[in-house]
Amino acid sequence: MTMKKFINSVDTFLEDSLRGFAAAHADLVELHTAPTFLSRRHRKSGKVALISGGGSGHEPLHIGFIGPGMLDGACPGQVFTSPTPDQMLRAGETLECGAGVLFIVKNYSGDVMNFEMASELADFENATVLVEDDVALPGSSSTGRRGVMGTVIVEKVLGALAEEGADLGTLLEAGRHLHPRMASMGVAITSCTVPAAGRPTFVLAENEIEVGVGIHGEPGRRRDVLRPAAELVQELMDALLEELSPAPGAEVLLIVNGMGATPLAELYVLFGEASQVLERLGLRLERSLVGNYTTALDMAGASITLCLLDAEIKRAWDAPVHTSALRWGR
Amino acid sequence: MNPRTLNRQSMTHWVLICARLMRENQAYLTQLDSAIGDADHGANMTRGFNAAEAKLLELTNDSTPGEVLVLTGQTLVTSIGGASGPLWGAVFRRTGKSLGNALEVDLTQLEGALDKGLVAVMELGAAEPGDKTMVDALSPAVDALKAALGGGVSLEGALEKAQLAALEGAQNTTPMLARKGRASYLGERSVGHQDPGAASTALIITALHLSLRDPFQGDQALRGEG
Repeated sequence: MTMKKFINSVDTFLEDSLRGFAAAHADLVELHTAPTFLSRRHRKSGKVALISGGGSGHEPLHIGFIGPGMLDGACPGQVFTSPTPDQMLRAGETLECGAGVLFIVKNYSGDVMNFEMASELADFENATVLVEDDVALPGSSSTGRRGVMGTVIVEKVLGALAEEGADLGTLLEAGRHLHPRMASMGVAITSCTVPAAGRPTFVLAENEIEVGVGIHGEPGRRRDVLRPAAELVQELMDALLEELSPAPGAEVLLIVNGMGATPLAELYVLFGEASQVLERLGLRLERSLVGNYTTALDMAGASITLCLLDAEIKRAWDAPVHTSALRWGR
Repeated sequence: MNPRTLNRQSMTHWVLICARLMRENQAYLTQLDSAIGDADHGANMTRGFNAAEAKLLELTNDSTPGEVLVLTGQTLVTSIGGASGPLWGAVFRRTGKSLGNALEVDLTQLEGALDKGLVAVMELGAAEPGDKTMVDALSPAVDALKAALGGGVSLEGALEKAQLAALEGAQNTTPMLARKGRASYLGERSVGHQDPGAASTALIITALHLSLRDPFQGDQALRGEG
């Protein structure tokens, strides 16, 4: 039985997709193979090379964020599978241009281990920023919190600073500064189908949702009953606000991210509810982003991310960027 | 071939059977990994051991058992990805390195080397027995080999005991609460499901036993002849 996807074969899915991406955005990126990574075309000598990566299936994360103002390179693994150290090593060797390499890594044991191996084996100077913004699970667990949509904020802010010539130390400090100011949490109304598996990872009944879901189609914190958007948003926002404890009048960036199969119209419903929560609490909505940025293939779901803003973060967020998924100021 | 030792062919045979068992059990591993993971474990392990099988074609007849395992580990690292790549890479590389230059390996040497491989993976993954991981199948297997030392058990008998211990260890992960890896995100919901990493470990130890028990067609098998 053929899986109902746009696919030639399971074995060629990733390479077909990457080749298509590189062709569609040939002005911005170049695809390298054996090992696989993508690099930015418009390089700037003397800046820190920002490299990220992770399993495929979250597009546009990370390949969609390659370009001026954001990433220099990205290493895509198999679907939902961390890339291997040889990919990051080759990407680093190719992109390093005098100021070292910064790896931006989402907190999953596979991602951490593979990036760490690359970091240890590398001859080039390098450092790592770890993203752990998901608050769905207790931070006290031994695996720590997952890196989800906050990764895009880190890539954007550090990307802007790197473009201006910030060194590795400054970028690490900026990553540390962002870490306690971001929180994310998601909810799914369907699972997703990994090509190699051929069927949904889990099954939700018509009235069921998965609260605190991750971005790999794995089950989340708990299964619950579908409720009106306002109630779902209130629960998510409560969790984010409890984590961030913003001061009255604090300025925030609010992101509603789609998991891939949720219509934009629904994402805007969620955004509307979330912005009302902010208003009721006297928090100031200063920046916003709505769309599919950190997806899970064909999962219907969404995540909300709050980021507390200050002048520096705002300036970096607003800085010009030209990638296939985010473009402003140029 | 002396049934009391393993050599290059034995190790190669081991990896070939690992590849076959992963292919045969890919759907099963996927199913386990769908319950408490992201459904990619079957595909990952199959891809990794298929690549290792292909890589072993490049080895010459005077390679050592250790070199076979080190090359396998290196190949697993660059082809599995995820957490399993570095973890199994560590097991095979450390085990292989610990065998040194020996052309023939007896039970004592094998147990000692696999023990070092186990220590390597426990350090890398920071997992202990009871965390509901591959360690819960690998550790009992190494213990079984250790128990077989000095007790008049044949090498094949010892490997069979290791296989049974690994299988039992994998089954014992079912009631555990996951404390590492993706399954740990599920908390209480991970209870009642066998850990996919432990299940694939049991397959690898099974392959080790079968590599000695079943006849190896020699290098003809690698070349697709015979």
